[in-house]
Amino acid sequence: MTVIGWLQIILYCAIIVALTKPLGWYMTRVFSGERTFLSPVLRPIEAGIYRISGVDEKREQHWLTYTVAMLLFHVGGFLIIYGLMRLQAVLPFNPAGQSAVAEDLSFNTAISFITNTNWQNYAGESTLSYLTQMVGLTHQNFLSAATGIVLAVALIRGFARASMRTVGNFWVDVTRCTLYILLPICVVFALFLVWQGMPQTLGNYVEATTLEGTKQTIAVGPVASQVAIKMLGTNGGGFFNANAAHPFENPTALSNFVQMLSTFVLGAALTNVFGRMVGNQRQGWAILAVMGVLFVAGVAVAYWAEAQGTSTLQALGLTGGNMEGKEVRFGIVASALFAVITTAASCGAVNAMHDSFTALGGMIPLINMELGEIIVGGVGAGMYGMLLFVILAIFVAGLMVGRTPEYVGKKIEAREVKMAMLAILVLPLMILGWTAVAVVLPSAVASMANAGPHGFAEVLYAYTSQTANNGSAFAGLTGNTPFYNLTGGVAMFVGRFFMIVPAMAIAGSLAEKKSIPPSMGTFPTTGGLFVGLVVGVILIMGGLTFFPALALGPIVEHLAMNAGNVF
Amino acid sequence: MEPVHKPNKRMPVSAMLDPRIVVPALGAAFTKLDPRSMIKNPVMFVVEIVAALTTVIFVRDLVIGGENLAFTFQIILWLWFTVLFANLAEAVAEGRGKAQAETLRKTRTESQAKLLSGAGRDYKLVSGTSLKVGDLVLVEAGDTIPSDGEVIEGVASVNEAAITGESAPVIRESGGDRSAVTGGTQVLSDWIRVRITAAQGSTFIDRMIKLVEGAERQKTPNEIALNILLAGLTIIFVFATVTIPSYAAYAGGSISVIVLVALFVTLIPTTIGALLSAIGIAGMDRLVRFNVLAMSGRAVEAAGDVDTLLLDKTGTITLGNRQATAFRPVRGVTEQELADAAQLASLADETPEGRSIVVLAKEKYGIRGRDMAELGATFVPFTAQTRMSGVNAGGSSVRKGAVDAILNYIGGGAPIAIASGNAARALQPAALSEAGREISAIADEVAKSGGTPLAVAKDGKLLGIVQLKDIVKGGIRERFAELRRMGIRTIMITGDNPTTAAAIAAEAGVDDFLAQATPEDKLKLIRDEQAKGKLVAMCGDGTNDAPALAQADVGVAMNTGTQAAREAGNMVDLDSNPTKLIEVVEIGKQLLMTRGALTTFSIANDVAKYFAIIPAMFLAFYPQLGVINVMSLSSPQSAILSAIIFNALVIIALIPLALKGVAYRAVGAGALLRRNLLIYGLGGIVVPFIGIKAIDLVVVALHLA
Repeated sequence: MTVIGWLQIILYCAIIVALTKPLGWYMTRVFSGERTFLSPVLRPIEAGIYRISGVDEKREQHWLTYTVAMLLFHVGGFLIIYGLMRLQAVLPFNPAGQSAVAEDLSFNTAISFITNTNWQNYAGESTLSYLTQMVGLTHQNFLSAATGIVLAVALIRGFARASMRTVGNFWVDVTRCTLYILLPICVVFALFLVWQGMPQTLGNYVEATTLEGTKQTIAVGPVASQVAIKMLGTNGGGFFNANAAHPFENPTALSNFVQMLSTFVLGAALTNVFGRMVGNQRQGWAILAVMGVLFVAGVAVAYWAEAQGTSTLQALGLTGGNMEGKEVRFGIVASALFAVITTAASCGAVNAMHDSFTALGGMIPLINMELGEIIVGGVGAGMYGMLLFVILAIFVAGLMVGRTPEYVGKKIEAREVKMAMLAILVLPLMILGWTAVAVVLPSAVASMANAGPHGFAEVLYAYTSQTANNGSAFAGLTGNTPFYNLTGGVAMFVGRFFMIVPAMAIAGSLAEKKSIPPSMGTFPTTGGLFVGLVVGVILIMGGLTFFPALALGPIVEHLAMNAGNVF
Repeated sequence: MEPVHKPNKRMPVSAMLDPRIVVPALGAAFTKLDPRSMIKNPVMFVVEIVAALTTVIFVRDLVIGGENLAFTFQIILWLWFTVLFANLAEAVAEGRGKAQAETLRKTRTESQAKLLSGAGRDYKLVSGTSLKVGDLVLVEAGDTIPSDGEVIEGVASVNEAAITGESAPVIRESGGDRSAVTGGTQVLSDWIRVRITAAQGSTFIDRMIKLVEGAERQKTPNEIALNILLAGLTIIFVFATVTIPSYAAYAGGSISVIVLVALFVTLIPTTIGALLSAIGIAGMDRLVRFNVLAMSGRAVEAAGDVDTLLLDKTGTITLGNRQATAFRPVRGVTEQELADAAQLASLADETPEGRSIVVLAKEKYGIRGRDMAELGATFVPFTAQTRMSGVNAGGSSVRKGAVDAILNYIGGGAPIAIASGNAARALQPAALSEAGREISAIADEVAKSGGTPLAVAKDGKLLGIVQLKDIVKGGIRERFAELRRMGIRTIMITGDNPTTAAAIAAEAGVDDFLAQATPEDKLKLIRDEQAKGKLVAMCGDGTNDAPALAQADVGVAMNTGTQAAREAGNMVDLDSNPTKLIEVVEIGKQLLMTRGALTTFSIANDVAKYFAIIPAMFLAFYPQLGVINVMSLSSPQSAILSAIIFNALVIIALIPLALKGVAYRAVGAGALLRRNLLIYGLGGIVVPFIGIKAIDLVVVALHLA
């Protein structure tokens, strides 16, 4: 580990914290329906959209209506992507002449993109047409991100409102989120990326003659526009198979740094939106502090593990840490940091091969995802996931102050606990369940690139990543088989929507409750004690759930490696 | 009544574990194994199921021959112990209530009732059980009141020891706020005519029996929520354990069912699952020992959440009676004269106020008591119309009463001749108004200082004011400061005028007050507070309190109160001591805290159990995992056995805490949380490491594994 390395990490955190407040202020205005500096330009477009689609923007929805609207919206999204993939051969914008995508892969990919997972069992440049990438995937990159954000906002409204039956209007929220937040940032961001050397073209792939005289096809395309939303919306689906490790998808150290910033910035700002909406920004900072503690701890372990290298590498005379699977232009710190960020948020973009990380270094991304991606998390999803954990933490420990647990003025009662438990159950069910099936199924085991605990970790990572809607791959595992496509699709679907529906039920139930003014007897939720408590509950809950699986994967691998066994 | 702390009612733990309670509880622990009753407790029900399943497997292995039978047998034994210990905790908690119910039942002996047929006193003897609601009965000295009812005629002293444990008789009379009588209590003197308000089986005592026995115990909202959490955790651990064999198979190993079951049972929150209902029952029981009956567990929980406490001034904040503290004459009158007149007016006045005037006159001015008969004086009693009292002696008359009443009496030309005669009457208002103004000024001053002014007039001439003062109870200020630290706002309710109320409120240290309160004002205040999201507690006894009692989240009715009040409240204080609301709140908080503390402890315990069982489980095929065995437990079998033994014994060890409750301190939520997190959170992580290691040493020493 180096001082420069740590300075990079500190700088990163500092910029995120600095952006949280102004962006939180702006987003709060957007979701409160207030005027912003972009209103003169965007308001006519927004009003036009409502007119055409017949949405009454003044009319708010009950949580159930809101959720049903969201679900219908996703059914539509699924059908569009599935259709495009199956029919791309006969549709325009297919200069490379890609053929129709198989049914199981189309299913997996469609689910993957509507759930903001962007798990990719395909290589983009050799499978998808430009039309599929742009109309199917990029558009879902926007909308699945917007959906995540507006659901978090709906839950926040649940906390902020009192004695109300509605939580907002889904159509209005999605429109405003896309128009006022995602699009403007992406336009600027994409231009920046182009400046950094990223292609943005609808032209054909480029033919190049190498020094040896052989012909090489260089894939290009509308990369910058997709990468901007891929990172900002924590989608993570790469334009190219190598994702952010590809020089066209992440050309420079600067583009790498800004991409990392864009992954966290909206998620972090949502904590401030929460604080503002519940009327006390310190509530938001406390949540961000919980995320921060877990994040910095993860970065420290991953950076240490990668910088340390392994005893095996050292035995071979390789010093300077573990560079296997990492891009030289990023180095160890930017790779370790990227890996932690991409899994803490449910981004899933990778700029290094997680499979090649040391056992412990690779365990951090795994743990980040198993905790439910609540460390900043996927845009919106991280916020509502974190609030579910807060509800549980408050419920368990809040009793210890001698009152029915309450959080930001809302009593946490049977309904909230039930829904929070339901949502959290999804993680072990999908992750542990499917892993248990896959590791005893000979055909599924055959997909592993490595044997022993490392192969186990590959499968565990695959289901963890999909359930948590991350989308990053440990690599190594050949995921494009009917088994992995279908089970993975189910994991992504359940991991997304079986978390959303309970979260929305909580939003509805909270909005209807009265708000209790704080008193001396109220559990204080802005201080270090609260932060420590939530961190503790998250680690213990996550630890208890996944410890056996982790013990059999990365932990045993690490121990074995120290003993000279590699897999 | 002074704030009552009855130390004898706080039962020490040793008494809770009285053999008379524990021995029958041991039996009950076995009868409670009935799955139909176990299913109410999801966590323990699951343990019972796996215990039964493993027992079946064990028997099969015994017959066809299996390995490690001794080890398996021990694990199964401890699984059953875990279930039995949980049942024992519940049975012990119920035991105390059962004993109390037994005593109550004795009072419900078959009694004869004197059923009245008409307005007269003709009755026929019928069985108490045949009474219907609305029947009229006569109860005479020595009779037991056959059922709950309302006194509609007569006054009697009643021994209510059967329900309150207090042997001093209380007065029950028709009209007013002391008209409710309880079946099973005994009339000591005089007679009363009672209208029956409850049929047999639904009387107050019947309800008490059911409550203390826990027969109708329903899960409270928070308990339900907690049960959901525990069930959810159990499901998580189902996933975590049932997937292990598959992972092990991949790694080329296998794991026996008994080891998996051991891991599962140690992981699921058995500690809190086992003690949850005991905590609830013990909470209700603590209230009963305070002589407060909660009609539902919901009310006890609500008590912990109370934000606003409405307290009646009289009897709660101040001693019931106002006392004379000074004589303040108008100009031209000496204190001595005023004291003399006031004493004369109060000689025959048996009210506490009247007596306090006589006492003050004697103490301060040496005026001796005089005999009314000797003076030839006649007493003019207080009536609601005149609002004054006094004496007529010889040609002179003395009156004392409310300032406006006295002014009115003088100004209006009362039956007594006014000294200046009829001719001067025209001038009278002006003359009076000058003395009247002075009186009013003094009265205002007295009121501002929290006192009540009582004007005294002799022969139509205003003499001055007797200052009566409410005496704030000793120590009440500290109680309110404590409540403030608990985050509870206190509001004093009084019929006094705002100035007097403000002064007393300041002296007592309440946060707010409601002056000249009518029952409607009270109800409105509660509704307003509730609209702000606050939970309100109050106590009351009168029929006009009933709507407010019903509206309040915690309504404590005084046992001496009317039937209407007792029906409206969700708690009844058998001692009729309004100050007890504070203890009720504390008990509610204690109940919630105990649940939270044991849940936290239970979950934190799991960390150590993983460190014990995981390495033991996988050692055969991944020996590297031996480094996780931080407790260096001697063998895989002893590790697993120690974990499951610890898991069972910790239930027994925590029964006293569950019954006694975690101590509540009014130190603010932050400090309280820090303290409890340290003890039950951090302690919960550390204790099992030590405990399991210690048990492992014993297991090895005894060659159990």
